[in-house]
Amino acid sequence: MSQTITVVEKILSANDRLAEQNRAKIEEAGVYSINIMASPGAGKTSVILKTIEALKPEMQIGVVEGDTAPVTIDADKVMDAGMPAVQINTGGECHLDAIMLQGALNTLPLDTLDVMIVENVGNLICPANFKLGTHVNVLIASVPEGDDKPYKYPGMYRGVQAVILNKTDLLPYIKFNMDYFRKGVEALNPGLAFFPLSCVTGEGFDAWIAWLKEQAAK
Amino acid sequence: MHELPVTESILEISLRAAQAQNARRISDIYLKIGQWSTIVDDSIQFYWDTLSEGTLAQGATLHFERIPTLLLCLDCAHSYHPTGEQLLCPQCGSARLHVHQGEEFQVESIEIETDESP
Repeated sequence: MSQTITVVEKILSANDRLAEQNRAKIEEAGVYSINIMASPGAGKTSVILKTIEALKPEMQIGVVEGDTAPVTIDADKVMDAGMPAVQINTGGECHLDAIMLQGALNTLPLDTLDVMIVENVGNLICPANFKLGTHVNVLIASVPEGDDKPYKYPGMYRGVQAVILNKTDLLPYIKFNMDYFRKGVEALNPGLAFFPLSCVTGEGFDAWIAWLKEQAAK
Repeated sequence: MHELPVTESILEISLRAAQAQNARRISDIYLKIGQWSTIVDDSIQFYWDTLSEGTLAQGATLHFERIPTLLLCLDCAHSYHPTGEQLLCPQCGSARLHVHQGEEFQVESIEIETDESP
């Protein structure tokens, strides 16, 4: 006998449930958490290091570094900056998922932290689908990538609460239509927080730090 | 490439639903995938053939229903399918949009075979 069974279940519901557990654990420790996503080379590590530098006098920050290969370059830089870091080697997987973060949460000294930053794998497609359980998702775009990225990677821009546009010091040298970029971002994510900045000159960084502090204090 | 964990989830969800009905076999799986959900059907099929081996779902056919993205302009109420770089409302240029469909990513239903009930 043959019959049709209605299922209607989100394919990644198991990951979503684990993400909720992660969130509960993070909140219990009183930590504010950020998932940073970007394409390779957009400046994720630079933004994180500069953020640590700015917040260091008043906050303890832990970093989870996601990488596809067992290299600890990024984690080493964070520890050099005096903050705890955990490296997750995804073994070639293109993204972090909730279960990988769960492992990292058990390793980080959560109770001593104010803020936890997760540096996702450099990729503009896959990380968007896998919730981690962090309070906010932040996307770092950069000027040299071009102003058309929101139009080409809508899935990625849909799932974030803030966009950083890094490397604004290169604007004089690169054809980049800020209005076109912003319209794309706005269309996919009305009213989201937007921070054009440069890790090299420091321009615009204050606004990002102020926003972060405000969010963490909530 | 995140098709492997996606395929594992499809299998897990389907088997759970089938076992709850005492199914003998799963013959078909119907998936609803929005245009903005990025997966490659062929890769899913490739992993599926390996992962489903030896389970109730071995040999089941995967049906992908692709849902095109449909946007609704909140300024002029025009609804349209965005293509490539044409994302903003083609009628009034507005960026105030509502994503009506295109982000679906779910197992919709399965077709199972059960033993004739006594």
